[in-house]
Amino acid sequence: MKRQNKLNLDVSLIKQARAKARIIAHDMQEFINQYTTTTIERTICRLLGIDGVSKEGIPLPNIVVSNIEVDIGAAVFLGNAIIQTGFNPQEIAEKIAQKKLDLKKLPMGDINGIKKTIISLANEGAEKIRANREIRTKLIQTYGDKEGPLLYVIVATGNIYEDIIQANSAARKGADIIAVIRSTGQSLMDYVPYGATTQGFGGTYATQENFRLMRKALDEVGGELGKYIRLCNYCSGLCMPEIAAMGALERLDVMLNDALYGILFRDINMQRTIIDQHFSRMINGYSGVIINTGEDNYIKTVDAVEQGFTVLTSQLMNEQFALLAGIPEEQMGIGHAFEMDPSIRNGFLYELAQAQLSREIFPNAPLKYMPPTRYMTGDIFMGCVQNALFNIITKLTDQRICLLGMLTEAIHTPFMSDRAIAIDIAQYIFNNLHSISEELSFKPDGIINQRATQTLQKADELLSIIKEQGLFQTLENGTFAGIKRSKNGGKGLEGVYRKGNIYLNPFIEIFMERGVA
Amino acid sequence: MGKHIRKMKEIGFFGKFDLKRIKPYGDSINDGKIQISFTLPLPNTNRATIAAKRLSKKMGLKDIDIVFQKSLESDFTFFIVYGVLVHSVDVSKVAMVSHQSKSMNMEEIDEFIREHLRRKVIVLGATTGTDSHTVGIDAIMSMKGYHGHHGLERYEMIETYNLGSQVLNEEFVRKAINLNADVLLVSQTVTQKGVHVKNLSNLVELLEAEGIRDKVVLICGGARISKELAKELGYDAGFGSNTVAEDVATFFVKELVQREKMD
Repeated sequence: MKRQNKLNLDVSLIKQARAKARIIAHDMQEFINQYTTTTIERTICRLLGIDGVSKEGIPLPNIVVSNIEVDIGAAVFLGNAIIQTGFNPQEIAEKIAQKKLDLKKLPMGDINGIKKTIISLANEGAEKIRANREIRTKLIQTYGDKEGPLLYVIVATGNIYEDIIQANSAARKGADIIAVIRSTGQSLMDYVPYGATTQGFGGTYATQENFRLMRKALDEVGGELGKYIRLCNYCSGLCMPEIAAMGALERLDVMLNDALYGILFRDINMQRTIIDQHFSRMINGYSGVIINTGEDNYIKTVDAVEQGFTVLTSQLMNEQFALLAGIPEEQMGIGHAFEMDPSIRNGFLYELAQAQLSREIFPNAPLKYMPPTRYMTGDIFMGCVQNALFNIITKLTDQRICLLGMLTEAIHTPFMSDRAIAIDIAQYIFNNLHSISEELSFKPDGIINQRATQTLQKADELLSIIKEQGLFQTLENGTFAGIKRSKNGGKGLEGVYRKGNIYLNPFIEIFMERGVA
Repeated sequence: MGKHIRKMKEIGFFGKFDLKRIKPYGDSINDGKIQISFTLPLPNTNRATIAAKRLSKKMGLKDIDIVFQKSLESDFTFFIVYGVLVHSVDVSKVAMVSHQSKSMNMEEIDEFIREHLRRKVIVLGATTGTDSHTVGIDAIMSMKGYHGHHGLERYEMIETYNLGSQVLNEEFVRKAINLNADVLLVSQTVTQKGVHVKNLSNLVELLEAEGIRDKVVLICGGARISKELAKELGYDAGFGSNTVAEDVATFFVKELVQREKMD
């Protein structure tokens, strides 16, 4: 997409802010490069073909990783075991589970031989992901991709089979992206549940089998409708990269993927999840997944008018973290939201300014725009209009991923009819306003342009501060969402290890070789 | 009875207005007009229409008018129905309590604490269980508050801990013990299949098991929380929609002082 400049923004200021964000991300990257985590090692196991659970129900990747020295890494231990025993990774994992094999007791062979063995296996694993990516590309080419906003709806029954019924209904009504909300608390589990699940709380467990079942269902209904229905899940929490790997293997298309979200709203340790995020983004980048970032959530806890610039600040940092993981702009679903108090005079103009600002600063990103939640009251009639205003801004500013607001937000998880009504209303608005953004320009020094410039200036100032003090310190200060987190607090720090001398993650080279598209 | 309605009654216009037989109001007194909407798991055919009419009748409607119906997908149909409700209720014996709050304001509450408790009140709040919505707890606790009413964080004499959303009851209780909290605020915004009721009851059980139920003022809040429900579940109070921080704080400071006197 051509960069729009309706807001008359100072292009050099954008450059300057972006340069600061780059320095922040690069500083953090130096830290990230020195570490691995238990979930990264479990991800390597999964990408090398290890799946399933033990007799006791423990996932095999967890069993393998508790049988290695994490600072050396699963790849070296598995490579060595393959050479020593002749078994494949899955067989090795099963034997460890049966206590017939102990990786730490095998004599360690020549490291170059191990590397060679494991790199060739890693290439096979990566090949599966590449094949999935090609299937997606082909399907989208065959059906043709939709232009304009993609309608994103949520299913959250707790039962994957009920979810499929709901997803089917939504797809037939016109939904383009189906997101399966995860069960509460999954982000804090340090393992991924296994198999098809029918009981969740406020959502459905993310498991590889659930991914596969929903993918199959959406391919079927998509085939009937002649369009590609995208599947979204949540690659966040303590198993961030493992879920990225599962998504890559089952051809998910969109993944929520944001360490800052986990730090702030789930109290996950910042070191752990920043390290995890990097590898998970590499996987998402390689598999062609659109990541969604979560800064839209900041303004659910602090004032959207006053703190709008923190969203932009975080977007700029997220962009740099994504680039460092090899994610091209076309896969960056940068997040923001429509969350201002409806009683504000000219609130619509401010919302419009914020949304257009994201559009202009990230011209090639499939922006993810979130509907009102904070000021939805249970007055469903008013709620429809609040959602309509949000939809109008979505269209005026060419957002790509439009998370549809539900009239029953703040009451219950959506009824089937709520979703259908939301889709009908959105389609009406998008069709009625089809070419509006091409027709629209703003008054050069009007309210909208001033608001956008002000937000950009404040974001630039905040980036200067973060550049000086570092991102960890910024999070400790409570700069985002008004929430303070400590560097060594939160969940998951015990799973962080400094990489040893012979540490190897063979996938990094494979995924990064594709480079930034 | 509103002033306007009383006057209209005096001049005889509302001859039929009767506290013993209150009915919904569409555009004239006692017309009983209501609107409802629902989905049936039936394809959009005459069978679905008949089912919708029969259900509406069972709900107590007459003059049923299905103003809109559409297919949600092949097996489901959505209806919007208008009708006249045959039922009425007698509220002549119900005492009228205004929804207008008689709460103290922030300064008064701080002063009340200084005078009667002489120490800071420790308040722990969270949205517990599966609910990820912080809108309720933030309206009461966050500095900014809601609609011009500052939240508890702004109060000089209140020390607040807002744990955010999806907090497990076990964790909430642990924190309450560690902080030696005086007041526990539990918010429930979104519910699914009645899960908020189970979750709220479970918290009471845990507090009792830890032997601290009587040591805290336990309050729940949310759009679907009523005073009655709160009492039934074993809470000291429950607050519904349109509650502001002053309402909640007025309740708990008075409760704390009351308890102190009894000790």
